[in-house]
Amino acid sequence: MSLKRTDVLLCCGSGCVSAGALKLKEKLLQEIVKRGLSDEINIIETGCMGPCDYGPVMMVYPEGVFYKKVALTDVEELVEEHFMKGRPIKRLMVQESEEVYPTKKEIPFYQLQEKVALKNCGLINPEKIEEYIATGGYEALGKVLTEMKPADVIQIIKDSGLRGRGGAGFPTAMKWKFVYDQKNDEKYVICNGDEGDPGAFMDRSLLEGDPHKILEGMMIAAYAVGAKKGFFYIRAEYPLAIKRIKIAIEQSKKYGFLGEAIFDSDFAFDAEVRTGAGAFVCGEETALIASLEGKRGHPVLKPPYPAISGLWNKPTLVNNVETLANLSAIIINGADWFSKMGTETSKGTKVFALTGDLNNTGLVEVPMGITLKDLIYKVGGGISEGKKFKAVQLGGPSGGCLMDEHLSVQIDYESLQQKGAMMGSGGVIVMDDSNCMVNVAKFFLEFSVEESCGKCTPCRVGLREMYLILDRITKGEGKPEDLDKLEKLGKTVKELSLCGLGQSAPNPVLSTIRYFRKEYEEHIFNKRCEAKVCPDLVHFLIDKDKCLGCGLCAQKCPAKCIIGSREEKYEIVQTDCVKCSTCVEVCPVNVIEKLSGQFDASPKQEFKKYADLYE
Amino acid sequence: MKTLEELRKIREKAQNEMKMRNSESRVKVVVGMGTSGIALGARDVMKAILDEVSNRKLTDVLVTQTGEKGLSSMEPVVDVIEKGKPKITYGNVTPENARKIVVEHIVNGKVVSDLVVATKND
Ligand SMILES: Cc1cc2nc3c(=O)[nH]c(=O)nc-3n(C[C@H](O)[C@H](O)[C@H](O)COP(=O)(O)O)c2cc1C
Repeated sequence: MSLKRTDVLLCCGSGCVSAGALKLKEKLLQEIVKRGLSDEINIIETGCMGPCDYGPVMMVYPEGVFYKKVALTDVEELVEEHFMKGRPIKRLMVQESEEVYPTKKEIPFYQLQEKVALKNCGLINPEKIEEYIATGGYEALGKVLTEMKPADVIQIIKDSGLRGRGGAGFPTAMKWKFVYDQKNDEKYVICNGDEGDPGAFMDRSLLEGDPHKILEGMMIAAYAVGAKKGFFYIRAEYPLAIKRIKIAIEQSKKYGFLGEAIFDSDFAFDAEVRTGAGAFVCGEETALIASLEGKRGHPVLKPPYPAISGLWNKPTLVNNVETLANLSAIIINGADWFSKMGTETSKGTKVFALTGDLNNTGLVEVPMGITLKDLIYKVGGGISEGKKFKAVQLGGPSGGCLMDEHLSVQIDYESLQQKGAMMGSGGVIVMDDSNCMVNVAKFFLEFSVEESCGKCTPCRVGLREMYLILDRITKGEGKPEDLDKLEKLGKTVKELSLCGLGQSAPNPVLSTIRYFRKEYEEHIFNKRCEAKVCPDLVHFLIDKDKCLGCGLCAQKCPAKCIIGSREEKYEIVQTDCVKCSTCVEVCPVNVIEKLSGQFDASPKQEFKKYADLYE
Repeated sequence: MKTLEELRKIREKAQNEMKMRNSESRVKVVVGMGTSGIALGARDVMKAILDEVSNRKLTDVLVTQTGEKGLSSMEPVVDVIEKGKPKITYGNVTPENARKIVVEHIVNGKVVSDLVVATKND
């Protein structure tokens, strides 16, 4: 037993680390040593606590005080006042409109959240198996191995209604049953930790924050389907996740959770980590398997499904990280407990990575069936800088964009699909009204064009063709027939592509055309970008009547296209303008404006100006 | 790992190490750590309590600290809070007294009445 009286949990998720959490840890340790408190205070690195906007965050127990945006300069006061004298520091607590929230349970960001997969994330040291065990870890595995038959395990997962969290939402028990039914001595389980969606960090946070939970989930799945060997496929860009899973595997071996005769049963299991090179398509299960086998990561036609013939042509179960993270809780708490959360067809909770123009971005877990409005406004804290909500992209580059009329939509697999978006793996990108939807569609499509493996023509050529059309539209060269062409191409690519990448890549374009058609038409017919994003569809003007004639804009203009003098005042030579906005930023009296639409001075007038200049 | 019992034993031990992170302790001991408290030896009192609790393997006792309590004439001050019982406040506590409080009050359940300065029902 130790003399410790305070646990300081320091969030070391990626957001907090980039905000300086590791330096903070160093400084905390120094300060604690300096004051002779090392025997009494634990500094513990945890996984992601969720509210990335508040980073670096920490929690101090036993009081459970939650601190946000802790700076190096706060450390001395923190140690002296709180750790030493027991006076928590108010100014570092979460505060919203005069209200102070000292502990986590009062903070609005956490109010609607329900943590199942993320339960231990941010509360335990992910590199200590004992802390995982303390939370009830490996009890589910023990229960399964000592009290249940594989078929019983499949039944309880079936009753729970759990569906795959990797994107498609396939019923987990059904997939397990396929593998279970295969008569084969050699079967495999793969944990899909590829997570290639831009802006997504759910699986990474789970792997980093609670690796043993994923490992235990994998073992439960393996027992149910009859596999003896498991692989974690994690992209190389996630070095910490890889390290943590490796540590978890080592520790688990030491305690005998991995190995032979686990819990004195005849179940033996071993797991290892394989790293992926970061291609988006390698998240697709058949491409993933090819990559694992050391081949080029190209998808192949299904059937046969991996469940029948997967890794090295053996029956293989591929499950997503979050799917596996739900298993131990279902085994311990029962199918009913799980299926009480969520909607008719979508049970349990879902982890989302909230990003974009929100007050509270971060990692959240909410019950299925929550409305988009609650997710964006209550959990996400609403749109930042007091701007207006415009759109939300769900499901990453394979998903779709929804608009304000969809805010009352409940988040479940079917409702989202019906509206042209999808659950995907849980990336949520919220956009305010300064975003141009044509540009947004172009951004996602560009990602898919780059990530298309090139195996099938519709995806390789079709997506590029769509991209070129979008590019033209944003440059003011859109043609009247472009929208029809985009829709037709999109449908063709969806129908004729072999794998999910091509089958879903047109979604961002199709959904934005469906819900923001006017904006496309504005670009095509009126050559205007209302959001003033597309450089070729905006122009800048100096209000000559109000111009001081200071010349700062002319001095700073990188294209040297602002001309004039103190007496004449200044103006922009539109043909040379590169639309960089520098003049707007430097003008001391704010009389330069960015305007939607192209500059429409007739050529004659332009010419006259130059002629005048020459004189 | 052979049995669930084996796992549960490890769990109990591990939970004990992490007890600070849940508020389910039987007894909470709060040491007043205001500036005057510290000047009058509250740090040594705290250390004595931690040491005694640790030596006696009292797994259900939580030791924590608080700021000024407005009892500066009686510092160092120690509260012993048990669920469902009035809060007992001890004053002018020395490290030796602190050990006595742990043994008599927390272990044997007998309030050390000559050191008590206040009793309060929650
Ligand atoms: C282009 C593409 C990328 C994918 N990326 C991932 C991924 O990063 N992680 C993941 O779990 N599933 C991904 N999937 C889905 C997998 O193919 C597979 O359905 C999933 O891993 C199955 O696990 P689940 O049933 O637990 O959801 C992707 C699919 C496609 C078509």
